[in-house]
Amino acid sequence: MKKAIAIIGLTAVIAANSQAAAVTVTLACGAVGQELELCKAGADRWAKKTGNTVKIFESPNLTNDRLGLYQQQLAAKSSDIDVYQLDVVWPGLLSQHFVDLKTKVPAAEVNQHFKGIVAANTVNGKLVALPWFTDAGLLYYRTDLLTKYGYKTAPKTWAEMAAMAKKIQDGEQKTNKSFTGFVWQGKNYEGLTCNALEWVVSFGGGTIIDDKGNVTINNARAAAALDAAASWVKSVSPAGVTTYGEEEARGIFQSGNAAFMRNWPYAWALGQGDDSKIKGKIGVAPLPSGTGGKPAATLGGWQLGVSTYSKNQATAISLVRYLAGPEEQKIRAIEGTYNPTIERLYKDQAILKANPFFGSLLSVFTNAVARPSGPTKSKYNQVSQAFSSAVSDVLNGKSKGAAAVAKLSTDLARIKGRGW
Amino acid sequence: MTTDATPKLAAPIRRRGIEAARAQQALWLLLPTLIAIALVAGYPLYRTIFFSLFDANLTTPDERTFLGIGNFWFTTAEGVQLGFLQDPKWWEAVKNTMLFTVVSVFLETVFGMIIALVVNTAFPGRAFLRTAMLVPWAIPTVVSAQMWGYMYNDSFGLIGRGLLGGQALLANTDSAIWALIAVDVWKTTSFMALLILAGLQSLPTDMYEAADMDGATKWTQFWRMTLPLLRPALLVALVFRSLDALRVFDVMYVMLGPVNAGSTSMTGYARLQLIDNSLLGVGSAVSVAIFVIIMVIVVMYVTAFRVKFD
Repeated sequence: MKKAIAIIGLTAVIAANSQAAAVTVTLACGAVGQELELCKAGADRWAKKTGNTVKIFESPNLTNDRLGLYQQQLAAKSSDIDVYQLDVVWPGLLSQHFVDLKTKVPAAEVNQHFKGIVAANTVNGKLVALPWFTDAGLLYYRTDLLTKYGYKTAPKTWAEMAAMAKKIQDGEQKTNKSFTGFVWQGKNYEGLTCNALEWVVSFGGGTIIDDKGNVTINNARAAAALDAAASWVKSVSPAGVTTYGEEEARGIFQSGNAAFMRNWPYAWALGQGDDSKIKGKIGVAPLPSGTGGKPAATLGGWQLGVSTYSKNQATAISLVRYLAGPEEQKIRAIEGTYNPTIERLYKDQAILKANPFFGSLLSVFTNAVARPSGPTKSKYNQVSQAFSSAVSDVLNGKSKGAAAVAKLSTDLARIKGRGW
Repeated sequence: MTTDATPKLAAPIRRRGIEAARAQQALWLLLPTLIAIALVAGYPLYRTIFFSLFDANLTTPDERTFLGIGNFWFTTAEGVQLGFLQDPKWWEAVKNTMLFTVVSVFLETVFGMIIALVVNTAFPGRAFLRTAMLVPWAIPTVVSAQMWGYMYNDSFGLIGRGLLGGQALLANTDSAIWALIAVDVWKTTSFMALLILAGLQSLPTDMYEAADMDGATKWTQFWRMTLPLLRPALLVALVFRSLDALRVFDVMYVMLGPVNAGSTSMTGYARLQLIDNSLLGVGSAVSVAIFVIIMVIVVMYVTAFRVKFD
């Protein structure tokens, strides 16, 4: 009985306290690389400033898994998560579940971000989320190995890259059986769509679906791009590359077992960490170009949006504004190589000192190629899935490039069905 | 004769009255259960069948348009095939699920039988072994699948690197299905062994003593006595395992990811359509199809083998 009274008393005190002082908001963070730690640290800084509490919700690593989970939460109108971290291709898919930040955040604060990214987050005039960091595919290489095998610069074309990878791999395998030339994201998921879009665009094969919504993938250049990528599997890339996501590729590169890697900027800070075997031996360059094309990087990046089902919207918006603000973006850029979405931060000396390639590769970030999520709207995920499955078939030797893009264009017509 | 007939007639009438009353009473006692089933099983099933006839999106289920069987089979005027039954990926999933079910249940039954026969004989430490053999089955599938995923990894895995010298079994759905069958056999054989063991222990021992006296070999005893007597228990175990295998989802999802799981298991395909693509209508239609397929197989099993569940 005494115990019961004590419990009731305690609950009453806790309830009264939380009402009077602070609010708890739940923030869904990614957990790729350092994401989780940086996310927690940022949330803690905000919590300390405002006196509120932040609960962290850990999201799955693969973006497909994350989207599935979020869609269930949102469809159930769940108030469990207040702030969601959204992929750049999701606003069109999820816009109706998020608070319009245009009316809640001063225009000057919104306009400090890159225009293109703000546009990607605006659906029918509604600002679904605030940009948090931007991303583009980069080519990482081992400066020490390039020198060792007599190369002076990073490769300019894919063919050059493959030849260099082959030579380095053959040489290194004499002493290290696990060594491989080139690692990337070949698992059948959204990451493969990003990788393959880079090959196709760099060969001049278009962006799968053009701005008007026409299917453009069925062309010889796209087919050639896929065939080129398939030729890397089992020659300069391990057989298992078709099961790798970002973290698997980074694991191999960072343990010193690969000459080249395609990955997002976040891999830089981790590769320069004290526990990295290749600290100080990493070079970063734009991705190579294909025959008759120019280099291309897929635009990635994450945004923060406030759920309309949140019970503490005002507090959640304050958290989003803080995390997406310049102060926090600067910390994340220095500690985790997360590319700021605020233009003036690219002139910040502290950031450039931590990430020397930011300045020289600024054009890669600002000219990155968008996936066709705009024209395909809510069907983007199906399009991406059909594309990555077709690419996966080519990589696994189930079909050739030309046959795959022909079948893909039929599949895409099917998905388009009654219109995008 | 007339005096004889009256009590004979009266008795059954009275008995029927009691039975009727009992039946009525039983119905009242069953009613809460029936209501519970209707709520937790009937309503979701009704909603699934309902949504299978509509074009609806997962995030906005209220904005829907009626399609009829369009989610199953529909060809537009331009010849574009929109029904999921016209999707090759679905048929690939069906083929792989059937292969998975037949092969894994067969292997589990054979291995389970061998293990059960061994554990059924008396030897020191038998009780410990019976508990220990259930360990793989007791580990949650998500955990064991992830564990096997690491073992299959081509650059550091025990199997992928160590045994196969850097092959990636999971890269290709054609080879992945065999890797998945291996995981399922590893995991569920012990469960099958336990079911068969329960059946073995109900067999009378004096029958074997008699057979030994008559000079029947162990081999003949197994084929002529054990197996026929074990049949009912074995069939129930087979039905349960087959149904489980047809509904398999977690192994594929964890080891292959959502997209490739969609072409290796029927449930994976349903999830892909329903969740990843947020096609509530198509996803429901696929679920209805899986329901029908499993029901047909159960009916076939039960009628062909005259399985008795009691």
